[in-house]
Amino acid sequence: MHAAADASSKPMPAEVLPTWPEDIFSILQRFDVRQVPYVPDAGHLQLIDRVLGTPAMRAIPLTTEEEGVALLAGAWAGGQRGVLLMQSSGVGNCINMLSLTQILRFPFLTLVTMRGEWGEFNPWQVPMGSSTQAVLELSGIKVLRADRPDEVREVVEAASGQAFNACTPTAVLLSQRLIGAKVFTK
Amino acid sequence: MNKTNLLDRREVVSSLLAERKDAIVIGGLGASTYDIAAAGDHERNFYLWGAMGGAVMIGLGVALAQPKLPVMVITGDGEMLMRMGSLATVGLQKPGNLTIVVLDNECYGETGGQASHTAAGTDLVSVAKACGIAAVSSITTMAEVEAFKGSLQDVSAGPRFARVKIDGANLERALSSRDGAFIVNRIRGALGFQPI
Repeated sequence: MHAAADASSKPMPAEVLPTWPEDIFSILQRFDVRQVPYVPDAGHLQLIDRVLGTPAMRAIPLTTEEEGVALLAGAWAGGQRGVLLMQSSGVGNCINMLSLTQILRFPFLTLVTMRGEWGEFNPWQVPMGSSTQAVLELSGIKVLRADRPDEVREVVEAASGQAFNACTPTAVLLSQRLIGAKVFTK
Repeated sequence: MNKTNLLDRREVVSSLLAERKDAIVIGGLGASTYDIAAAGDHERNFYLWGAMGGAVMIGLGVALAQPKLPVMVITGDGEMLMRMGSLATVGLQKPGNLTIVVLDNECYGETGGQASHTAAGTDLVSVAKACGIAAVSSITTMAEVEAFKGSLQDVSAGPRFARVKIDGANLERALSSRDGAFIVNRIRGALGFQPI
């Protein structure tokens, strides 16, 4: 676990790592989030490493994103809060399982890193990235969005508040402009 | 296998739940939920009327949140086939208190009895084992059901996976509550948690 956290600092020096993933992590701690299911995305790298290095949180790698929706329903029934981390392409995988958020009325929160927008290199990401917000809204999920590093904290705080205090299922889209378009090099 | 010797699903589930004590029980969409209801309504029953493929993951979420309580998922072969990947996720987390029971009638009973993949040889016991679930059982007799249920209260030796071959009879539906918020809040209440 700690080895994974250490490994995260290798790609670039600590001083140039963005601070907004740390903002998110602090908010998840404050809201007593205990289960963190995820399908990995480069945009969630720092946050996943922080969760993996935190004994009070359980990082739960999934084979597909809808597993995480069902997992969080079970976690809530058992008395724990959770947050699902995924990439925009995973939202499409979740659609039927998202019915649980309305039927069970549990505090669903997901943080979605966006692909298929803002300088995207890979056209295969564009269709799902373009429909991510609409798919979530059609599924009854409230959508908030963060485009700049300095707004991540207040957006995730608001999302956590309405999800956990008001059982309002909520997604935060972390834009590709924020996380940086993936660079493809030979 | 001689089809006339296959087990009755209601008898299997009644037996598994007879000494459940504090266990939380999740029933997969379809006949498994009816089987659990037929064994007697219980405040710790999590009945699924949808979310096909989600039963094991709901069970995992409960099991990780309540590691001292036995958690049992009872579902069918079709529901299990839809999200076999969740067995890999369970195999990774290895919750000692989680038991997964698949009632395998080799067909989709709720939709007209169409053959499922297990009829043609998909072996869910091997799948579970290959996903890292060490305690796997293949059950074909009530004596084996009785022996298996003795392990259900042990919250340190899981996760367990059992496939029980059952007959394909379509039994009268035993209808549980369909109000998801009620079902979940009732479980939470039984565990001492308040509504928001």
